[in-house]
Amino acid sequence: MSKLKPASLVSGFVFAALILSPTAFAQSGNEAINPLIFRLAVFVLAAFVGYYVVWAVTPALHTPLMSVTNAISAVVVVGAIVAAAASSLGSTNSEIVQKVWAAKWLGVGAVALACINIFGGFMVTNRMLAMYKKKERPAAEAKSSDSQAV
Amino acid sequence: MSTVDISALLYLVCAVLFIFAIRGLASPETARQGNKIGILGMVLAAGTTLFLVKDNLDGVTFGLITGGVVIGGGIGAVLATRAPMTSMPQMVGMFNALGGMASLLVALAAFYAPASFGLLGAEGTIAPRSLVEMSLSVLIGAITFSGSLIAALKLNGSIPGGPIILPLRHVLNLLIALGIVALIVVTANSNGAQSGGGMLLIWIAILALIFGVTLVIPIGGADMPVVVSMLNSYSGWAAAALGFTLSNFALIVVGAIVGASGAILSYIMCKAMNRSFISVIAGGFGGDDADTAVRADNSDKPVKIGSADDAAFILKNASKVIIVPGYGMAVAQAQHALKEMADSLKEAGVDVSYAIHPVAGRMPGHMNVLLAEAQVPYDEIYEMDDINSSFKQADVAFVIGANDVTNPGAKDDPSSPIYGMPVLEVWNAGTTMFIKRSLASGYAGVQNDLFYRENTMMLLDDAKKMVENIVKAL
Repeated sequence: MSKLKPASLVSGFVFAALILSPTAFAQSGNEAINPLIFRLAVFVLAAFVGYYVVWAVTPALHTPLMSVTNAISAVVVVGAIVAAAASSLGSTNSEIVQKVWAAKWLGVGAVALACINIFGGFMVTNRMLAMYKKKERPAAEAKSSDSQAV
Repeated sequence: MSTVDISALLYLVCAVLFIFAIRGLASPETARQGNKIGILGMVLAAGTTLFLVKDNLDGVTFGLITGGVVIGGGIGAVLATRAPMTSMPQMVGMFNALGGMASLLVALAAFYAPASFGLLGAEGTIAPRSLVEMSLSVLIGAITFSGSLIAALKLNGSIPGGPIILPLRHVLNLLIALGIVALIVVTANSNGAQSGGGMLLIWIAILALIFGVTLVIPIGGADMPVVVSMLNSYSGWAAAALGFTLSNFALIVVGAIVGASGAILSYIMCKAMNRSFISVIAGGFGGDDADTAVRADNSDKPVKIGSADDAAFILKNASKVIIVPGYGMAVAQAQHALKEMADSLKEAGVDVSYAIHPVAGRMPGHMNVLLAEAQVPYDEIYEMDDINSSFKQADVAFVIGANDVTNPGAKDDPSSPIYGMPVLEVWNAGTTMFIKRSLASGYAGVQNDLFYRENTMMLLDDAKKMVENIVKAL
């Protein structure tokens, strides 16, 4: 038990999820599971996926990793678009209209900020990755350089 | 299936695409393709959202969104093409800040227009659960924003890089934290319909902004790689918190992965500096006092100083040279000259490789990017653990612009402030050459005993000029 590896922990998690999911569906007929718990499940499992995917990233690419995570975490743009497209749905209540416009402007601001990250993040990552070149090596040289890694 | 179900599935596809984007970074060969997959994911996410809100897209709204995209995208594109590789840490720091601010703004917007986000309950109120999630998005977003801004300004040299110690900072931080918790509790019970509710979130934002500043400002420049990674992680958690509010799987998955990514990078950086995460956050490391004191008692030791010709002679006759670059090399813009030197050495039959310490630059992997920019092939570059044992077989260790990461004190001097930090064992090479402007201490403010050793040759000059002179002498 004490030698439990993270990998086996994850497979345990997945296994438990598979076992539990039919139960979840069966129950949903009578009493629905709080959607928060599903979100939490997605979050926890995604954190595990992130853990393994990020450890697999070669240290040489850690800077591009950071800039590309900047870009993809700007997926908050989806929330920003929803906010910018907020609508008072025909309501003439001045307080609601005012609040909706506040939300719209906040949304537009968030769209702009997220787009700085999206364009900036992906483009600068691309620029960096374009610089990583492999050695042009004739077969003989390849041998000697492989042995130097020891 | 309803529109909402279809879009939820599409967001799930986006999340998978983003995972593949990061997976691509496992090797430089697949990385560029990974980046393209990431862009595809982003286009799909934005497209799905536009499809979802299409009924609300009147002319004004469409114009506003387009304006935001054009302005933001334009600024991002200009920054991405112009920023020099040396200022990547500031740039990532600034991107972290903007990401945090974007989450904050969206959370506020969700509060003002809950109906558009599907958060409005039957009685015209917002559920306490949603209010807590919004408060958390505002909180994490604001800390990320102000903390990252300070970190970026420090890295950029706009404000002093050293630790700035505020009086009673731990008490102050504790008070702010308690205040924020109290505000969140009040917000959760305010049901969101009260007109004062918006002010509660704004107060959380203000306190959190101050908290971000007091958190980062006492942390010294040497610890900035940890801080930038940590804030990178926070920007992920902020996105995840928002994902809970909007019940959006793409946001939750991306947030969790980015959060994990930043956390892992700060762990790697902490381990490479032998520092605990808590002590980094507590701050105060990297002052100047210690170094003047230690320097004084070393000043009369003999130092062997060499010229470019001496260095060229030894290098030419070596059979194996390991180059140890540090951030100083990039500051002096010496990487291209260095590449030229390595090329002429290779022509002369010398085996040249590069050794990189995890904290060699100012952010994780920074030195690899700087060398890649100078067209050094990435398969000549080795991480510390892979090359440390090879120094024994090397004739020359050529240290350029690095200092603390080669300090033998970290291995054998328990009184050294960096004792226990893993270092590149350059002293095991036949000759250690050190290009430095002066005998001053490194970024961490610690004196390096290596300068005074028998087999060390100091090359005191500007790194670029010195390397160019060596190239000439070769």
